[in-house]
Amino acid sequence: MARFVVRRAASAILLLFAISVVVFGIFEVIPSYNPARAIAGRNATPTTVAEVSHKFGFDKPVYVQYADTMKLVFTGQVIDYQDNLNVVSQFGQRFPVTVSLVVPAALLWLAGAVVLGSVSALRVGGLADRGLMVAAIVGVSIPVFLLAAVLLYAFAFKLPWFPNTGYTPFLSNPAQWAYHLFLPWVSIAVLSIGFYSRVLRSNLLDMVNEDFVRTARAKGLSQRQVFVRHVLRNSMMPIVTMFGLDFATLLGGAALVTETVFNLPGVGQYEAVAIGNLDVPPILVGAMFTAFFVVLFSAISDIVYALLDPRIRLTG
Amino acid sequence: MVPDPLSRTGRGQAEAVAGTAPGGGDAAGIVIAPGERAADPWAEGRHPPAIGPWKLAARRLRRNYVAQAFLVLFLVIVVMCLLAPLYASDIAHIGPNANNITGTVNVGGTTRDVVSPSGVPIGPTFSSHYFFGADSNGRDLAVRLLYGGRTSLLIGSIATVIIIVFGTLAGLLTGYFRGVADMILRPLMELIWSFPVVILGVALGTALALGGIGPVKGNSVFIPAFIIGVVYIPYLGKPIRGEVLRLREQDFAEAARVQGMGPWRIMLSEILPNLTSVITVFVPMMLAYSILLEAYLSFLGAGVQAPNASWGTLISDGLSYIQTTPTFSLIPGAMLVLTVLSINVVGDGIRDALDPRAQVRVRT
Repeated sequence: MARFVVRRAASAILLLFAISVVVFGIFEVIPSYNPARAIAGRNATPTTVAEVSHKFGFDKPVYVQYADTMKLVFTGQVIDYQDNLNVVSQFGQRFPVTVSLVVPAALLWLAGAVVLGSVSALRVGGLADRGLMVAAIVGVSIPVFLLAAVLLYAFAFKLPWFPNTGYTPFLSNPAQWAYHLFLPWVSIAVLSIGFYSRVLRSNLLDMVNEDFVRTARAKGLSQRQVFVRHVLRNSMMPIVTMFGLDFATLLGGAALVTETVFNLPGVGQYEAVAIGNLDVPPILVGAMFTAFFVVLFSAISDIVYALLDPRIRLTG
Repeated sequence: MVPDPLSRTGRGQAEAVAGTAPGGGDAAGIVIAPGERAADPWAEGRHPPAIGPWKLAARRLRRNYVAQAFLVLFLVIVVMCLLAPLYASDIAHIGPNANNITGTVNVGGTTRDVVSPSGVPIGPTFSSHYFFGADSNGRDLAVRLLYGGRTSLLIGSIATVIIIVFGTLAGLLTGYFRGVADMILRPLMELIWSFPVVILGVALGTALALGGIGPVKGNSVFIPAFIIGVVYIPYLGKPIRGEVLRLREQDFAEAARVQGMGPWRIMLSEILPNLTSVITVFVPMMLAYSILLEAYLSFLGAGVQAPNASWGTLISDGLSYIQTTPTFSLIPGAMLVLTVLSINVVGDGIRDALDPRAQVRVRT
């Protein structure tokens, strides 16, 4: 276990380093990208641009700029070019919003996928199974922002059941928190439920012919015990990997589309604005933030794997 | 070399723990679906007619009426988009990028502003001019819808070609040579893989839209196509690599090596033909994903740049009027979803047809 943690930590540091270099590098190779001009404003004279360039250190060699920026990132002093806000504290302030959006949505889609996937695998060709097939294929064909827009139109404007935008912190009013976030949760979860339950269904059907399932039946376990303890448990493995990656990227900012449509002040919205302005520090921190979660959750999903399947050992 | 339809593909399935051996399986748990067997040819003392896997797949596809219906739908959409210039010149009499802010249009006998003095564009008129209404620049949305479809489909197709060519190449090289190729290409693919596709695409899109790449201008539609292609390469490269790792150890590859074939010849004439069914399954899937990603990028302003339109930009533009005129974003949205849906249904049909497990039903 210690070995596993050390090796994972080492590869995480390497990946974070590689990603920071790549992100920084992308902006260096863009010929017409000049952050100084963006900061100085539209009507700046060449002298002002040069001054700004000097002040922010854009006239230094690339590797010095990279080292300076990384030093600022790790001391938590890096500011964005657009609004001169502290990037690290922005991420700190906005992360709870993203967590409020992503965690319940993820629980919703995982629970939905397990229930629907099981039902359709137990009754292959039944009504639920066929309905799920349709739902799954429609689910992978709709972009999140379109579903969000349709939900907004239907349930916030046409039938004013839900507020259209806004966010209330959980601690100040849990009921309002859930009320405001319900549509965003649904728009994230619905699209994933279809895909996940279909993968689970095909795993379940694969698993039914396994020897250990026959053994479990032979030793006299009830259908329910066989299904829950053996079939379902073993079928969850690929789901765990997929879920780890999807959940990590959503936490890291991949929910930016949903956050933009519903105007939620989360991490993703900040990243979306920063990307639109080519504001390097938030993009850099955002990329590393995402990569951190990807590495963390791939380690966690490996641990869950080992717990689900005693044949697997953690070797890093 | 016979194409190998036994391979299992798809993001979920590739990761699935292998159950029964593909194609084989234990006879007790598996029943052949009715209608798959021809009348017993042995009874007449003749050899059974040989059916190749492709012919078998085509036969199964012919029986899949749902997939065929959606193929027709997809072709109708493509033809409609291809006829966009005809619609623009002969029916709407306005180009896709022609502004008409101060113009008026005759709707059922009354003359109305295309864009009202307060800046609100006209809604759907359901007549030849401004059938689906106008945008805030007074441009005809129906014309832009068709031209936007051309852009979306074009970007999707170019991206798919890039993904198929380079994903296959990367998979072949890393799977066959392992060693050095693996050391160079795999971390690159892992890097792209571990990034959320949308964020990576948007970052590249915004960056390249400013300066363009070499001679390609920043607002060219080739830039989003290129970016989408690059971002999705690992999605094909990884499964192909897995297949190549498996195939290179098989007897026919060994035989080719013993005959003295070089690595390139083995890759191209022995292994590549065995990958065709995997690649065939990925073509519609990647086309669907590419068209969707284009919409995401355009929605976030990093895809198709003005004055060009795509379904993504049209949905995004229409969102500002979602309360008053929801059709502005819902109609391009419906076109997008129908297109992607039909590609996905046809793709699923192709996968089922090529996958031998589609032939067996597991008794539960």
